[in-house]
Amino acid sequence: MEFSRRQTMQIAAAVGAAALSAPNIARAATPKLVVVGGGTGGASVAKYVAAAAKGAVDVTLVERNPLYMTCYFSNLYLGDHWDFDRLAHNYEAMKAVHGVNVVHAHAQSVGDGAVTLSDGSTLAYDRAVVAPGIDFKYELYEGFDEEIASTLVPHAYKSGNQLLLLKQQIMGMEDGGTVVIATPPNPYRCPPGPYERASMIAGWLSKHKPASKVLILDPKSKHSKQGLFTEAWNRLYPGMVEWVGGDFTGGALPVVDAKNRTVITADDEEFEADVLNFIPAQKAGQIAIDSGLTGDGDWASVDPMTLESTLVPGVHVLGDACANGDMPKSGFSANSQAKVCAQAVMAAMTGKKAFPPRFRNTCWSLVGDDYGIKVGANYKAGDGKIEKTDGFISQTNEDDATHAATAAEGFGWYEAMTSDIFG
Amino acid sequence: MAKIKPRVKVPKKADIGEIITIKTLISHPMESGQRKDKKTGETIPRNIVNSFTASFNGEPVFEAVVEPAVSANPYFEFQMRVPAAGEMAFKWIADDGEVYETSKKIKVG
Repeated sequence: MEFSRRQTMQIAAAVGAAALSAPNIARAATPKLVVVGGGTGGASVAKYVAAAAKGAVDVTLVERNPLYMTCYFSNLYLGDHWDFDRLAHNYEAMKAVHGVNVVHAHAQSVGDGAVTLSDGSTLAYDRAVVAPGIDFKYELYEGFDEEIASTLVPHAYKSGNQLLLLKQQIMGMEDGGTVVIATPPNPYRCPPGPYERASMIAGWLSKHKPASKVLILDPKSKHSKQGLFTEAWNRLYPGMVEWVGGDFTGGALPVVDAKNRTVITADDEEFEADVLNFIPAQKAGQIAIDSGLTGDGDWASVDPMTLESTLVPGVHVLGDACANGDMPKSGFSANSQAKVCAQAVMAAMTGKKAFPPRFRNTCWSLVGDDYGIKVGANYKAGDGKIEKTDGFISQTNEDDATHAATAAEGFGWYEAMTSDIFG
Repeated sequence: MAKIKPRVKVPKKADIGEIITIKTLISHPMESGQRKDKKTGETIPRNIVNSFTASFNGEPVFEAVVEPAVSANPYFEFQMRVPAAGEMAFKWIADDGEVYETSKKIKVG
């Protein structure tokens, strides 16, 4: 069932005039859901709606790339704990098993009942989900931009080619060199990510270039799972990993001298690296900003019951691009939000009953061979935001068996998560 | 094992009589002497930073005796009234005999 562009605009106008009487239209024809972004959040919602609707909703997924490379587990590739190829997932099951119409195109904006693609064509929707992930706030830095990130100083924070570049640089570094990881200010994707990365790089260096060092430059005065990471570094890589926090950097890392692989802190102190991994400050993916979903802020404000935008009715935003309340920006969070969003979308489009939302997240970090740590929590839809109800975290002084079990859980989670989305 | 480098944060400039905040951090494992090597069962010998001193133009202004309960990477923060321009010297001494030192100049006016 296809609408012409004119019909679509009429429907969009009708939707506007009838104050979102989408279910009425839904009865007239198969309602259309368009999901923008085939990452963890977007692909999960497309699959879950398609699987639940069994043809009652026409689901289209718009994604630029033919393959999705997960950001989670990309650090494990740096530590030789995971193959690069195993980070990639395709949309074949999404199409063949679940009947999702996958369109490989670049979506530019969403609103007024249509998603506009970069070639000027449009896809009509009754409801849309926008899950573009993150973009970077290059404007905050002097001497750092996309071009530099893809050639000299990778951020490697979206998996893919920059991850390969970072590993090549580490492998090419002389023994005794220093890898500097410059971390972003809050909030950002995967709060323990930069510190897991430091652990994985230190693990690799300790085996191949043991005189080398990993220096973490942080604009923040404390970081995720700090006690657990510090304990692991001292035990596994004594003297190799050093963390320089916000009290000693002046709270910002405003200047990058890419040619000399040097970072200049807000305190005017220079840190020279042999390999520089600069992870900049972050904001919602550009399409969320261009479509007015973020208002004056960096992230899209959403109703915690449905993940529907508080600014643009009929458009849901989930995953890293939304203001997640108490939840961290993670793949697990995005998948959990997608399940809540899928229920809300089904309720709005088919009248199916939606249950009160429950969200869950766990972040496992691998810090060495058979050594994992984790932090997680449960959440509910609170007053205007997603609210934490209860949580758990690994303890210091855990024994080897617990560390090994946590590491194994993390590997199990990856397989389960990716088959939940792409299987 | 790479060399340990202590870090300090001291204002470059202050007024005479001004109270300034000084922050210091040293990356050190602070091995307590209580832990056993899991493979051999032998006690891992104690190696902590046991003393920290800060002095200004040779006069001691802050001193800490550190015990094994202090966790890795000890952080000290203290305040000082600036009497004149000069140099702040910092010294950490560890059980294994290693001495770590650094210094910072403070200008006035």
